[in-house]
Amino acid sequence: MTTADELREVARKCRVHIVDMVYRAQAGHPGGSLSEIDLLTALYKTQLNVRPSEPKWEDRDRFILSKGHASPGMYAILAEMGFISVDDLESYRVLGGICQGHVDMKWCPGVDFSAGSLGMGLSFGMGTAIAARLDGSNRQTYVMLGDGEIQEGSVWEAAMASAHHELGNLNVILDRNRIQNDDFCETQMRMFDIPAKWKAFGWNVMEIDGHSMESIVEGLEFLAQSNDGPSILIAQTVKGKGISYMEDNPSFHGAAPNDEQYAQAMKELGVSA
Amino acid sequence: MTKMEATRDGYGQALLELADNEKIVILEADLGKSTKSLHFRKAHPERTVSCGIGEQNMVLVAAGMAASGYIPFASTFAIFTERAFEQMRNGVARPNLPVHLCGSHGGTHTGTDGSSAQSIEDLAIYRTLPNVTVIHPSDSVSTRVLTKQLASSPSPSYMRTARNKTPVLYDDVGEDVIQIGKGIELKNGSDVAIIACGVLVSEALKAADLLAEEGIHATVVDMHTIKPLDSKLIDAVSERCGSLVTAEDHSIIGGLGGAVAEHLSTTDGTPLERVGVNDRFGESGQAHEMLELMGLNAAHIVLAAKKSISRK
Repeated sequence: MTTADELREVARKCRVHIVDMVYRAQAGHPGGSLSEIDLLTALYKTQLNVRPSEPKWEDRDRFILSKGHASPGMYAILAEMGFISVDDLESYRVLGGICQGHVDMKWCPGVDFSAGSLGMGLSFGMGTAIAARLDGSNRQTYVMLGDGEIQEGSVWEAAMASAHHELGNLNVILDRNRIQNDDFCETQMRMFDIPAKWKAFGWNVMEIDGHSMESIVEGLEFLAQSNDGPSILIAQTVKGKGISYMEDNPSFHGAAPNDEQYAQAMKELGVSA
Repeated sequence: MTKMEATRDGYGQALLELADNEKIVILEADLGKSTKSLHFRKAHPERTVSCGIGEQNMVLVAAGMAASGYIPFASTFAIFTERAFEQMRNGVARPNLPVHLCGSHGGTHTGTDGSSAQSIEDLAIYRTLPNVTVIHPSDSVSTRVLTKQLASSPSPSYMRTARNKTPVLYDDVGEDVIQIGKGIELKNGSDVAIIACGVLVSEALKAADLLAEEGIHATVVDMHTIKPLDSKLIDAVSERCGSLVTAEDHSIIGGLGGAVAEHLSTTDGTPLERVGVNDRFGESGQAHEMLELMGLNAAHIVLAAKKSISRK
């Protein structure tokens, strides 16, 4: 059993990878990668039934990063899990590199969905969940959605259909970081009572602190035990979490740090110069 | 008396015949009665996924199932598949997942529902997607045969079927004659070649008979596969006839006519006249009235053939 302290240390390493990748590429999405990384770390380390040496193992749990621009977070955890090497992270946004700008199942081992266009992952996950049921398998599907992403109408087509089909093997983690591309969600498109919306669509709902490993692990247990229909964890997070000047700052949704900012980030993450 | 059937019935029959393969699954968006997937649903409800009136979701649920080893056939009206074009592009074609999307009720031939239901651009848009095979069969038999062939394709497809009945052309033909990617020569004349797809193949045959009465001998090709295009056959009939006509119940922009014109631009530039919907929308009318109004029936194909011959 991985302890909360061990999870925090993996997440810290992932944060270093994330900032490295975006700084090297001078492009990418650090804010949403840093907000999701504690969730991804706990999911991969404590729940996801996958085999890094056999990424296409048929009965693996599926993880679908629907907010596919937050790819540095996923590449970081894939490297920490051993699906890819830390050296592979240098291929992020580089011609021919396995770490494409948005996660792509055709390019990177361990990636089960070619993302990049918001609002698509939950529908795809509904498909993998139905396939698991037809196979008579207990494998689970986990889908990571962004909060801005749920402004896409097709998310709600999928939410309604997944509840209709009582897909207890379908699990969503919502990264509620409250910031989208142009500005705060509250400014761009108010979403009112998000938990009530999912409940009204027939989902099991739990709210957690998306940066407390103890709270996340408890939430993942809730997902594991809710099998009568689809379930969602609404994780309250902070965009850019872990780097002081990125935190809660819409400017770092999709911008890279400069030399000075990079040095400061490394210092804050405990990396000696 | 010519036997009449709708191509959508061939699609429904094919799904039933494919059902022995337990990997075949059906997805519906509340139009199974119309697209004819309902027969499969009644026989195999456990392998049929109702997506409600939600086409965008349906296409991606199919993608997720294809990525898990299933062979999904998803259908709705041709016009409503277009609503999920980006899902087809990013979620299906890009990862090259074998999702088979069928758009029924395509073209102005679909009739009295009017312009909102008359997809005249579906072949054009799906043809632009890498990895996607695009098919528009002419009769119920070829629809059944081609649908069954799709089940063993490793790549995605779009097939347009039609709502209304058209003559059965392949009742006595061996199934080996009908192959994805191979046009079928139905008449073999040397003055002009009419390359048609879908409901206009039977109109092209009528046009060939009318031309024959005037001593003009036409080749007629059923080009049921728009992509990949049978360019070898186009080259062969170009050489033999020296003039071409395309005929489709689809916009003259980007469909069969567009595909053939693109090919000719790389060869010798054989004269080509395109019979199709001339960059306009339709309206409510019976199928035969629509073909007349839009300039798509046999009489219009005859005129186009003569014009193409005059340009030799």
